[in-house]
Amino acid sequence: MFIIRLVLKNTLRHKLRTLLTILGVSIAVMSFGFMRTIVTAWSAGVESSGENRMITRQSVSFIFPLPYSCLQQLQQIPGVSEVSYANWFGGVYKDPADFKNFFPRIAIDPETYFSLYPEFIIPADQFAEFKKERNSCIVGAKLAREQGFKIGDLIPVDGDIYPGKWEFVVRGIYRGKDESTDETQLFFHWDYLNEQVKISQPGREGQVGWYVLSVHNAAEMPRVAKAVDERYKNSRSSTKTETEREFQQSFVSMSSAIISSLEAVSYIIIGIILLVLANTIVMAARERTKEYAVLKTLGFSAGHVVGLIGGESMLIACSGCVIGLAMTFPMAMGFAKAFPTFFPVFNVETITIILAVSVALFAGVVAALFPAARAVRMRIVDGLRSID
Amino acid sequence: MSQNGTMIKVDHVSKSYRRDSIEIPVLRDISIDVPAGEFLALMGPSGSGKTTLLNLIAGIDRPNAGKVVVNGTEIDSLGESDLARWRARHVGFIFQFYNLLPVLTAFENVELPLLLTGLSRKEKREHVESALNLVGLGDRIHHYPKQLSGGQEQRVAIARAIVTDPTILVADEPTGDLDKISAGEIMDLLDRLNKEFKKTIVMVTHDPRAAEKAHKQMHLDKGELTT
Repeated sequence: MFIIRLVLKNTLRHKLRTLLTILGVSIAVMSFGFMRTIVTAWSAGVESSGENRMITRQSVSFIFPLPYSCLQQLQQIPGVSEVSYANWFGGVYKDPADFKNFFPRIAIDPETYFSLYPEFIIPADQFAEFKKERNSCIVGAKLAREQGFKIGDLIPVDGDIYPGKWEFVVRGIYRGKDESTDETQLFFHWDYLNEQVKISQPGREGQVGWYVLSVHNAAEMPRVAKAVDERYKNSRSSTKTETEREFQQSFVSMSSAIISSLEAVSYIIIGIILLVLANTIVMAARERTKEYAVLKTLGFSAGHVVGLIGGESMLIACSGCVIGLAMTFPMAMGFAKAFPTFFPVFNVETITIILAVSVALFAGVVAALFPAARAVRMRIVDGLRSID
Repeated sequence: MSQNGTMIKVDHVSKSYRRDSIEIPVLRDISIDVPAGEFLALMGPSGSGKTTLLNLIAGIDRPNAGKVVVNGTEIDSLGESDLARWRARHVGFIFQFYNLLPVLTAFENVELPLLLTGLSRKEKREHVESALNLVGLGDRIHHYPKQLSGGQEQRVAIARAIVTDPTILVADEPTGDLDKISAGEIMDLLDRLNKEFKKTIVMVTHDPRAAEKAHKQMHLDKGELTT
């Protein structure tokens, strides 16, 4: 009890210094939390990948299409339970310079796509309306919120990959099964895309961006992948089949340098937390050398002195951590609001909180190690001789 | 206390310090006996070794040779933890510069040594109040050191030294940082502790007026006893 009281009093001895240190730790913890949230958000697509879904794409690059005629053949591959397909549409909505206006626009087969993606929850009546109308679309709830889309709204899009003026009528708004589901996409009919392309760019019709395969058993995925790729090995459209997780991971890998940089910066932040805290604790312990000597003279043990130094370090680290984490949430929310479609899922994960707390506790312990060891080793007579 | 009434026995003690590769002798073959209830003043010029001798008696330093026996315990043979416990129980230390913890009130500073005892909260409060009343600061218990004068701070330090009713009191130039009047008050207080409460006191001082209060004076010079 006495140790706790003295730790509190010691911590408040130099209020400004303590405040600045706590502030420094808070900002560092907040930055750490924010960086880790970005890293987690970057790979959110990987984490939310379906366990039994596979993607078949053109082997050279994702940008080259596959023929629609593959559909029936893929359905015949042993182990495959269901097949759907989609195209990346691209296009420009409103002002392209405003990043808020960027969101994925994907042409899909309404009959099969959503049964392969049960995480997209669509009200039955809206889904029925969507299926009826050729140029209708379904948008994610987050996207609808951000852009103010309502049922019946017309969304005009300037085509780039598929040139022309396109208009989609909102007939449904899907919700995600949980927080990790991307609610920022727009889905419309592949048939509509195909018909329009047939008219405006004859020769480009009948092309599919990628196929989505559902397998009965996840253990069969390597065999199915091999079977599919073997099937198209010597064709004009050789394929690359991989699990959806691997497919998503390949996108993340394209940004691996950025992610690695962010991770490196987050480790540097740990170093900054440590230095800020260690500087204060070393300074405080040096100033109190004589007091520790007096306490030892009175019969207090080395453990008491370690408790005083470690307690102060931990108190500052924990205070900084709590404030830093409290600031991380509004910071993340602000970022997500400013760039709603940049990261479809941008949440401060539990693991981020655990990591930030661990980092702060680690810094608290490490910052106290050196001054505590010095105070323990200090001879009383030397400590008493020290100058305040 | 030994059978012949000796409270402190310093037996052929030598002490030296090593600075870089040079051995600096501080005490050379010192032997003294301090009877129980004695008030001994150790005097001598700076660097004569009197504070070192006091530190050895108080168990905060160890001799290179010889032994120090206090109240029948050979303290230089105790391990660090045992020595710390022994100090807490048997020694009251008064420093020249008071060495109070600035973040604690007078009450809390005096309470410090009692935190290592098994006394109840109520008993601790009674002990602290008694000690502060004895030094005449019963009305300043909630004051912080910076709110007290030098003489008052030293009286709080004395209260801290006596609150556990230690076997011996050691004082390292207790009046060295005080004006004449405050110094006189402190010496009167130590004299009272010796006479009324039969405390064995070993005091290091440069001040001949302070030394006059002691029963006995010993002089050290270049690490040797001269008288």
